Amino acid sequence: MSIDMSQFHQVFFEECFEGLEAMESGLLTLDVGDVDSEVINTIFRAAHSIKGGSGTFGFTVVAEYTHIMETLLDEMRDGRRQVTQPAVNVLLGSVDCLREMLASIQNEQDVDEVSVAQHKAALEAVLNGVVSEVVVPVAAPKVINEAPKVQVAAAEVTVQEDDDAGEQGWKISFCPYLDLLKTGNDPVRLFRELNELGELTATVNAQDVPKFYELDPEECNLSWDLKLVGNVSSDEIKEIFSWVEGDCELEIQPIAKPKVIKPAPVVEAVQADIEIDEPAQIVAAEPEIIAKPVIDTKKDPEADASKTAVKASSSIRVDTEKIDALINMVGEVVITQSMLGLVGENFTMDKVGQLKRGLAQLERHTRDLQQSVMNIRMLPISFVFSRFPRLVHDISSKLNKKITLKLVGENTEVDKAVVELINDPLVHLIRNSLDHGIEMPEERIAAGKPETGTIELKAYHRGGHIVIEIIDDGRGLNKDKLLAKALEKGLIDENIQLTEKQIYELIFMPGFSTAEQLTDISGRGVGMDVVRRNIQSLGGNIEIISELGKGTTIAIHLPLTLAILDGQSVAVGDEIYIVPLVSIVESINITEKMLNKVAGKGETFRLRGEYLPIIRMRGIFNVQSINKPKSTEGVIVVVEGQGALCGFLVDELLGQQQVVIKSLEANYRRVEGVSGATILGDGSVALILDVPGLVRLSVR
Amino acid sequence: MASILAVDDSASMRKMVSFTLRAAGYDVEEAEDGVDALQKAQVRQFDCVVTDVNMPNKDGITLIRDLRALPQYKFIPMLMLTTESGMEKKMEGKAAGATGWMVKPFNPDQLLKTLLKVLG
Repeated sequence: MSIDMSQFHQVFFEECFEGLEAMESGLLTLDVGDVDSEVINTIFRAAHSIKGGSGTFGFTVVAEYTHIMETLLDEMRDGRRQVTQPAVNVLLGSVDCLREMLASIQNEQDVDEVSVAQHKAALEAVLNGVVSEVVVPVAAPKVINEAPKVQVAAAEVTVQEDDDAGEQGWKISFCPYLDLLKTGNDPVRLFRELNELGELTATVNAQDVPKFYELDPEECNLSWDLKLVGNVSSDEIKEIFSWVEGDCELEIQPIAKPKVIKPAPVVEAVQADIEIDEPAQIVAAEPEIIAKPVIDTKKDPEADASKTAVKASSSIRVDTEKIDALINMVGEVVITQSMLGLVGENFTMDKVGQLKRGLAQLERHTRDLQQSVMNIRMLPISFVFSRFPRLVHDISSKLNKKITLKLVGENTEVDKAVVELINDPLVHLIRNSLDHGIEMPEERIAAGKPETGTIELKAYHRGGHIVIEIIDDGRGLNKDKLLAKALEKGLIDENIQLTEKQIYELIFMPGFSTAEQLTDISGRGVGMDVVRRNIQSLGGNIEIISELGKGTTIAIHLPLTLAILDGQSVAVGDEIYIVPLVSIVESINITEKMLNKVAGKGETFRLRGEYLPIIRMRGIFNVQSINKPKSTEGVIVVVEGQGALCGFLVDELLGQQQVVIKSLEANYRRVEGVSGATILGDGSVALILDVPGLVRLSVR
Repeated sequence: MASILAVDDSASMRKMVSFTLRAAGYDVEEAEDGVDALQKAQVRQFDCVVTDVNMPNKDGITLIRDLRALPQYKFIPMLMLTTESGMEKKMEGKAAGATGWMVKPFNPDQLLKTLLKVLG
């Protein structure tokens, strides 16, 4: 039968990445002095599963690699090997290496063989390292263990020579012990298999069968003399009996010759050879292996940083509880539907009350059903957070800083799409906190702070949003320094008075960087402006609260889901547009006269002493209004986009509602200023405005 | 057709095994670990058990030992899937009552062939 194994690959990869994460967090919590056997066991099991799966699904490179890891972990698990920090570091490096290998395979790219070979060598060096300290005691028993094997092999070789000499068959004496049946093995199965190899004749010996009243039907009292004719090797026969080895007496002899010639002297000679050879080889190989690890381990931590582009996985794992809730909801809807159906049959006006009740119920159930479906896409934020202990561990040791990472609210759930996209911005922000936020230990002590800095990563729900906060107790932002820098770079005007919040916002301006020199930790050419743009593209925003000398808090607000949006519908001519509620600050009724035209700069509106740039929605979308004549009255919707306020001039405000986002790109093409579309209750299509995009568009 | 209980903590391996066996016409039920398997095995009677060895909660060898202690599983064939080619684990499994084993990696054909051996 041919089965397409590739259908299991996706599940396999997901499992591997989960396993790698478990290994990583296990390795990080591993206390070198006092090893928790349960932790080691978990790490071992993850490596073991990856090895088994990769072998089965044909990823031999991965299987070979994990085999070495597994061997090492097995020895640690049994206590045969001490857990040392260098070994843990090499294992952590291996986790990275495996992750890259798997990602390459998943994306059908070539595996970076050089890096794999380096990591492999480092692992092998650790593995062989201990052997070198106790060469003789470890190596010697190994050889002795192998000796009997050699003997068997040699014996077989001689037997086979007999076989080749023209003997066409075997005599097998098979005498099962009483308990053979209790392992689920059946002599008949064995005979059937033997019969496939050649022509089998079986003679049963029933002389040991007790009298009927003494008979225990669970015991095997029979034995057999078998004759197998055909060109069959003894190995093939032994293979068939391998499952019952130790459960029976078994003798296999070539037909013609009465006894196997015992080749004892030859074997001894072979044994002697090996005993001399093996230890010599081990000793000779050592110096070469030991030389390698130094180079490899040092290169490890940085390797993972640049390559994070893994094909976004399209499948999802769902808690069975959520599915149960969903099925339950569907049941409710079906009941309501049949109830309404009943009302609809022979409808008379006196049933209006019933109909209304039914519709109300249907509405409630639809809402619950929507909630349950959305819930399926929700994942705990720990999917993202779990990577950070490693990041903090690696970077803080590189910077010689002492930092502990606190994770709070890891079980807070958020849409899968958000989970996938929030990782990079968070990595950037945490790197920043590590590099610029937390001071060196000496500096901290001098400032009267604890030597170890703390970074807290916190997630919680607020309203329809998830809030992620990165809180450090580092040096905080220096307002004067920020201002000076912004002036120097010509990003702001000298005369403008900025509020505290606005000063912090400067960080997000393109081309702004406070670090005197870019380090390889945070300054990777991606600025905070990109971080903010990414977060805004998810429909969220980011803000900074800081106190000099005490620390900085960066808060990210994100919608819980990217599939549904709280929107304000606005009318522009005959069209209806949806403005995301998150970006609306306020709305003001105005008349045409209240707008000021500024030569060359468009229109503005004076809002509490500040000039607010105005974007006319009719103009920007070139809206025709046949049914509704242009009025001199309108509404300004004040929105926040790109860190600045801006007013959208629309005809009137309609209702607020939750809208389901339909992708415009998937169905038509990308349109600037529009983030998507939705279908309204009356079946018509309304565009959803992309606020930052429109602001950009109007500036041009 | 014979009913088989396939036990593996790794979803991909479990799917592979169960898919293969189902495609061959067997009636397959899956279990995620030894505890899950032991419970399922008592709810209905299986004709054969195929189990991974290294699993959380209850490993395959313990599962086989526990199942063998049940009268209805005394003579049922039980195969273990192991990554270790050495004899040590296999003997441990045998002592617990395993009928036989398959060494990973294996392909669907090998799996079916081995199963035919015990199910006939």
